[in-house]
Amino acid sequence: MANIGSVNDTDFRSTVLESDTPVLVDFWAEWCVPCHMVSPVVEEIAREMGETLKVAKLNIDDNPDATRTYGVMSIPSLILFKGGKEVARVVGAKPKDAILRDVQPHLAG
Amino acid sequence: MTEMRSVIVIGSGPAGFTAALYAARANLAPLVLKGLEAGGQLMLTTDVENYPGFADGILGPELMEQMEKQSERFGAQILPVHVTRVDLSSRPFGVWAGDQEWRTETLIISTGASAKWLGIPGEEKLRGRGVSACATCDGFFFRDRELVVVGGGDTAMEEATFLTKFASKVTIVHRRDEFRASPIMVDRALANPKIEVIWDTVVEEILGDDAVTGVRLRNIKADEGHELRTDGVFMAIGHTPNTALFEGQLQLQDGYAVVQEPRTFTSVEGVFAAGDVTDTIYRQAVTAAGQGCKAAIDAERFLEQQAHTS
Repeated sequence: MANIGSVNDTDFRSTVLESDTPVLVDFWAEWCVPCHMVSPVVEEIAREMGETLKVAKLNIDDNPDATRTYGVMSIPSLILFKGGKEVARVVGAKPKDAILRDVQPHLAG
Repeated sequence: MTEMRSVIVIGSGPAGFTAALYAARANLAPLVLKGLEAGGQLMLTTDVENYPGFADGILGPELMEQMEKQSERFGAQILPVHVTRVDLSSRPFGVWAGDQEWRTETLIISTGASAKWLGIPGEEKLRGRGVSACATCDGFFFRDRELVVVGGGDTAMEEATFLTKFASKVTIVHRRDEFRASPIMVDRALANPKIEVIWDTVVEEILGDDAVTGVRLRNIKADEGHELRTDGVFMAIGHTPNTALFEGQLQLQDGYAVVQEPRTFTSVEGVFAAGDVTDTIYRQAVTAAGQGCKAAIDAERFLEQQAHTS
């Protein structure tokens, strides 16, 4: 199942950085209106990409460490992690094809 | 299967929802395609004090929620989809959101406007890493930091004032020697002890590798440059109308949809425009709402005429 739900400061390393599959992390907050637009799009991408991609949400209010470590200063920010490193970042609410354009080149197959 | 409609409204700000409300009450069963920036620019603001009918003000998102509910109550169908293509070459017009397709007898364009960017070095690279165009969205990340706001209109005053809730200092950089903002907004900003202004100055570059570290400024009167240390740069230099969808199909002027005032007729019969997508002068929520109403009435009368001549 591509959508792995939430990730937090504690399990970020094991869930995201040590994952064999690329992970798209959706940095969001309850008070962020555009985030609520983007999250369903990210879920749709998860369904379409199947086994080649995992997606997870990280609430920035609850998880300041990951937020600060990756220099997230605007939300929504979608960061694609592959092999423990950031390989792509999409900032701001964007339509599905714009997100896929930046994400897809990094996925297998 | 392609669905046929009488009225489709593209956009969901005050213009779109008011058009939908009036079209719904005229029994035209309008379809509203909300778009990615659903709710329009009022979703990016907090207190709206100048929309008439709210003596104590109302939060932007709340006002939009009310408008949406009101149009739904009378029969508007509202979809959270983003229009990717239109075909205005003949009626019924084609409208696509990805693979979904509709045909419509009339189209109301109320796609609004989005924040303008300066197009200077460092801006694109550092977007989301200290460069932003939305204070309410990103101000949160700059607690006790220093910020720069670029602009001289109401948006700049509002953004700067809002950011003082978080920032230790906000410097407004403006290319002229006076603000074009409304006097009450200017007074409020200048009275704020956390706000400073640098006049006659433009931002030439945004500095920093992984995050904003400063800006390179130029005083255009003295033709002198200097650098200012800062943690974030917020653009508030105006908006650009969202008309990329219609290029080559509608008459545009400087990107705005041209309408035959006082009507909302565009260059294509059966297509109407309302709100910031067409308004170069006023660009207020209430004028957008007023124009949305006009567009719905124009569409209704157009459909009646079509019915009588066929």
